[in-house]
Amino acid sequence: MEVTRTRVDDLRVRQLRAQQMLRGELAGKDLDEYVEERLLFTTIETAQNWARKNAIFPLGFGLACCAIEMITVIGSPRNDLARFGAEAIRFTPRQADLLILSGRVSIKMAPVIRRLYDQMLEPKWVIAMGACSSSAGMFNNYAVVQGADKFLPVDVYVPGCPPRPEALIYGIMKLQDKIMGSQDMGWRERYGAVGTEETVA
Amino acid sequence: MPDATGLELIAQRVREAVGEEAVTGTSFHREQATVQVAPERVHDVLAHLREADEPWEHLMSVHGCDYLPEEPRLAVHYQLLSMERCDRLNVKTRLGAEDPHVPTVVDLFPTADFQEREVYDMFGIVFDGHPDMRRILMPEDYSGFPQRRDFPMGGEPVLYTFNEGKYPRWYE
Repeated sequence: MEVTRTRVDDLRVRQLRAQQMLRGELAGKDLDEYVEERLLFTTIETAQNWARKNAIFPLGFGLACCAIEMITVIGSPRNDLARFGAEAIRFTPRQADLLILSGRVSIKMAPVIRRLYDQMLEPKWVIAMGACSSSAGMFNNYAVVQGADKFLPVDVYVPGCPPRPEALIYGIMKLQDKIMGSQDMGWRERYGAVGTEETVA
Repeated sequence: MPDATGLELIAQRVREAVGEEAVTGTSFHREQATVQVAPERVHDVLAHLREADEPWEHLMSVHGCDYLPEEPRLAVHYQLLSMERCDRLNVKTRLGAEDPHVPTVVDLFPTADFQEREVYDMFGIVFDGHPDMRRILMPEDYSGFPQRRDFPMGGEPVLYTFNEGKYPRWYE
């Protein structure tokens, strides 16, 4: 009861302070205090990355058995990926910015995936979900690409067969950390892809 | 399945209807009755079996097989089913790995279309007269027939302790 009373009083004080501010009645020390309380300093890049990391749109795209697991992570209220701002699935690569490779990549599928990746707009990220897309898993044979990073840059590898939902969520949170930090970890240099950036003009 | 005697009777009827040289043998192994057929007469034999007095009207499966190191190496298996009599019969033909050709049975059993394409894709057996003899599973520009036994496994070498020495500087 006491707490509630205090918070209401505090809110009332703040409202009155804001009213005074708008009327131009605040001056001197009071005005300084008011401004300091409400300002936040950051760089434009950090603000931009903060917005990006909290609005990741995954591409609605599945490859194999991991796709079922991926759907339960992204689509189900139980795992509630909306907490991390990555629940809005886009079914066109033009609007998506996260490609989750969920399953083994056969050599017949690889050009299709590469094409989807090329159609996505910058900035774009790739998660290799599960053992198969990371390193071909148990499919060490003629039909499966030995790791999806053979033909596109992968940002986060999530191990498991399939990974638990928590693992994929952890991978997405790792990706968020990466987005807040260095955007691409220099993959363009590593893959010789400088100058291939595609952005909205 | 027909029993061993029934199989011989079927083989004899096929010989009478299609020709003595069409049936090269029979085998009855683990309750599986198989008629072995010369590759060039496969179509005739299956046409006869489909229209015989006791017909096998359904082709369940066409698949290839590689019996390396036996000669002739490759084989095509046809599995027939009679829904009415609840009876099954295998027809098998053996052919060498050099330029193997078998007449298609798509005109008798339309279901053989994709299955013959798969056998071609995996074993390189060409079905003469097939309406669309292309690869079906592997990419169009793939070279080689991956299910043949002498086809390399592909993939990448896996490092175990016993072959560690084979891959120098593997840790790089």
